[in-house]
Amino acid sequence: MTMEKKVNIMVVDDEEIVRDSLTSWLEEDGYRVESVESGRKALERLPEREWDLMLVDLKMPGMDGIQLMDEVHKTAPEMLVIIMTAYATVDTAVKAMKKGAYDYFVKPFNPDDISLTIRKIVDHHKLVQENLFLRKELKKQYQLRDMISKNERMLEIFDLARTVANSGSTVLIQGESGTGKELLARAIHDASPKKDEPFISGSCASLSEGLLESELFGHEKGAFTGATNIHRGKFELAQDGTLFLDEIGDISLKLQMDLLRVLEQKEFRRVGGSELIAVNSRILAATNTDLKKAIEGGRFRADLYYRLNVISIHIPPLRERREDIPLLVDHFIEKFNIEMGKEIRGISEGAVGILIGNDWPGNARELRNVIERAVVVAKGNIITESDISLPSTASDAAHRTKSLEEIEKAHIQVVLKENQWNIVRSAHALGIDRVTLYNKIKKFGLKKEGAAPKK
Amino acid sequence: MGDCLMATVRILPSIPIPPESYEARRNQYYSTKILKEMLGGVPQDALKLLGVTDKDLCIPILTYVFGEAQVGGMAAVVSLARLRQEHYGLTPDRPLLLERLRKESLHELGHTFGLVHCPSRACVMYLSNTVVDVDIRGRDYCTGCRTVMASNTAAGRRG
Repeated sequence: MTMEKKVNIMVVDDEEIVRDSLTSWLEEDGYRVESVESGRKALERLPEREWDLMLVDLKMPGMDGIQLMDEVHKTAPEMLVIIMTAYATVDTAVKAMKKGAYDYFVKPFNPDDISLTIRKIVDHHKLVQENLFLRKELKKQYQLRDMISKNERMLEIFDLARTVANSGSTVLIQGESGTGKELLARAIHDASPKKDEPFISGSCASLSEGLLESELFGHEKGAFTGATNIHRGKFELAQDGTLFLDEIGDISLKLQMDLLRVLEQKEFRRVGGSELIAVNSRILAATNTDLKKAIEGGRFRADLYYRLNVISIHIPPLRERREDIPLLVDHFIEKFNIEMGKEIRGISEGAVGILIGNDWPGNARELRNVIERAVVVAKGNIITESDISLPSTASDAAHRTKSLEEIEKAHIQVVLKENQWNIVRSAHALGIDRVTLYNKIKKFGLKKEGAAPKK
Repeated sequence: MGDCLMATVRILPSIPIPPESYEARRNQYYSTKILKEMLGGVPQDALKLLGVTDKDLCIPILTYVFGEAQVGGMAAVVSLARLRQEHYGLTPDRPLLLERLRKESLHELGHTFGLVHCPSRACVMYLSNTVVDVDIRGRDYCTGCRTVMASNTAAGRRG
């Protein structure tokens, strides 16, 4: 005896004697069988459980077997239907098979034929279930929190991240924009003993020196004009947890020195304050700039670099791990299906080909945006080439007229204002990433009205 | 067979095949109708009732059956027709016929004890639609099926 899940079979036939004899015979074989006398009844019973197979009589008053199969396939396209008939004609058999019947039986059946067919279906069913299970297991192996990859270098990174998570050492994560530096930082935090403590992330990009200083270390009341209240900085918020400093390559030399001091002495003062506050959070830093070059150019302190670079992780760009593109596409489709309540089942080979061929300067984040759009615009349940819209290339941008840039600038300004200069929300509304938005703010010289703290 | 079921076997006088079970178009007998007829004459002290017939049995939806049982019920019936070597144009083999009859009887009675087909070939509850399968399968219930049978019987007695 086995303890497998019972296979559910629905028998649809207008003749009681057929229903009864087929039901009891199938029950002897250990199947769970329900029988109904009409197509209408069958459709009513359909949502009641997960049916594995339907045995449907071809000739029934009202809705015939093929009409019923069509109706069933509208809501359950995977349903296996076997058409039964007393009248064997090649025409009806061909018609049934063409319409999507799994098999075709002439009444009365040879018991061996039907046994074998159902066994085959059950075995197939088991394989599908097993396949799903194994795929899930495999995915676990390829996954580190929200990151997913089967690239060897990435898998090594996942392993390294799991190992360093327990160490408490400072980690410097390098990689192009959109490669998932913050995701990796979060994954390290989640795998570390500090996982129940806060994970605080802060971007050092494009904030003025004074603002960033106050962001990181906080300030006392009255430290500068506008400092009407005491403000706790990221270092304080991350107490006992993890502090993730993004775009570390963008900070000024003065702040680099302050940061170095904090990292070495494990204590700091709020701006305008005298009290020394101990630092016990773990520091993870990330950058998309080449820090070694920045050191050579005198823009980054070598001592801070070595202090941060205790463990170094370099995430390769997406174009160097193209084998991950189909994996990521499936992952994003699944994610957006849930978020948007869509039922996209996959992507055409042609569309995947286009995605694999693209260079992805914005890496996985850019791919995610393209898939998000595709999931929105896809008309059927498969994403096709026409649903894929890749961002215009740099050479296209060069041809843009100045007036378009002006429109862009004005639009960004409006969105920033609408979102009270919340960068994450504004970037989301604009459909671009934070870094791009920061770059655009810099490029267009945008400023928040009446802000910028003065010391 | 009694050893296998740990029960005493008593042979009752034969009863005629109910004429309404005859399917003239197929020249076969509808086993479910025979079972119904049998249920009319179950001795009070009987745990199960097994019918044995020489007639070729069928049910409306299948071209033939070796036997039929009420799953978890009282009665079962088996046919000798397709167990005979003669049916396949071979020379009669009485010991083989008796062995097949024994296996088929245990199989159908197994159904009356609530058993369904067993995936193990070594078990008498293994599904067999051909005599080849009947010959291959084991001659007794496997441990798993025995356990189910015992618990079903106990439940039946309690209830």
